[in-house]
Amino acid sequence: MLDSYDVPVASRAAPAAPAAAADARRFYLTEEHHPENGTLLGFWIYLMSDCLVFACLFAMYGVLGRNYAGGPTGAELFDLPLVAVNTSLLLLSSITYGFAMLEMQKGRLAGTITWLAITAAFGAGFIGIEMHEFAHLIQDGAGPQRSAFLSSFFTLVGTHGLHVTFGLVWLATLVVQLAQRGLTTANRRRLMCLSMFWHFLDVVWIGVFTFVYLMGVLP
Amino acid sequence: MTEHVATAGHHGHDDPGHAGHGHAGHASHGSLKGYVTGFVLSLVLTAIPFWLVMGKVFDRPGATAAILLGFAAVQIVVHMVYFLHMNARSEGGWTLLALIFTLVLVVIALSGSLWVMYHLNENMMPASMPDMHHVP
Repeated sequence: MLDSYDVPVASRAAPAAPAAAADARRFYLTEEHHPENGTLLGFWIYLMSDCLVFACLFAMYGVLGRNYAGGPTGAELFDLPLVAVNTSLLLLSSITYGFAMLEMQKGRLAGTITWLAITAAFGAGFIGIEMHEFAHLIQDGAGPQRSAFLSSFFTLVGTHGLHVTFGLVWLATLVVQLAQRGLTTANRRRLMCLSMFWHFLDVVWIGVFTFVYLMGVLP
Repeated sequence: MTEHVATAGHHGHDDPGHAGHGHAGHASHGSLKGYVTGFVLSLVLTAIPFWLVMGKVFDRPGATAAILLGFAAVQIVVHMVYFLHMNARSEGGWTLLALIFTLVLVVIALSGSLWVMYHLNENMMPASMPDMHHVP
């Protein structure tokens, strides 16, 4: 009885000496509670969930995209030069946001705000062209209620457009906050999150212009 | 151990107080060269698909579609690397892990939907309905 009691004590005591040495080796992450990283990783996970939303919409378009119900087809409706302009606007807004981030890293407030404003202008141009395209389609009787193809088209492209619109709202809010408080740690974190959001929307748009517009006009 | 040191340096870089130094060594937050490279690559990878479709370069739509999807995949990787600064090291690899997990789900959702719905369409075709009447 005494023996069986003693053994665990001895075995507990034995590694006690190396434990002090192992203390210096640090088996935990000292920067685990870094608030900025937690936010960025969490925001990335949100973007991944958003990615799943778009995957479902893409799957829906893939299934319904050729069901015209006797209505107009993609080849008849899509204005590819306009889509090309739209694509380049979004791509330009992506790189100007990158320039804003570079200015932020250098700690230049005025440069950051200027590039953000240019980004917002490109984003607004994108939304403007998309609204023009939608209005044109609906005016021609090719609204979302016309066919399964158009329902899925408006849902997919409209969801992306809504994301860009909310990105613009966020961008405007951030510009106001930057003007009021400058490049504080919190504002830098917000800028990084919006940066991921904005670039992510450009990634989704690659799928949209390839899968919906370019492949939609193929016979 | 070296990994801890590396991440610790990375975090010091995040700190606004240290914003003045050590940019060149950290590609993860982007550099002018990285953004411009990504932009030029994306421009080329966008222009070629538009040219392929608008110029009607290939006769077979299937071939064009396959090439378009290939270009889109490459461009998505370019955006991930140069604009979103994805790499195996950021956040200790968790962003990459989340991305891979999401990609698996996306592939299942997309290919599964298309596969199931294609076969459903095939088997529910109105043309095949008269055949059903011959079945006793």
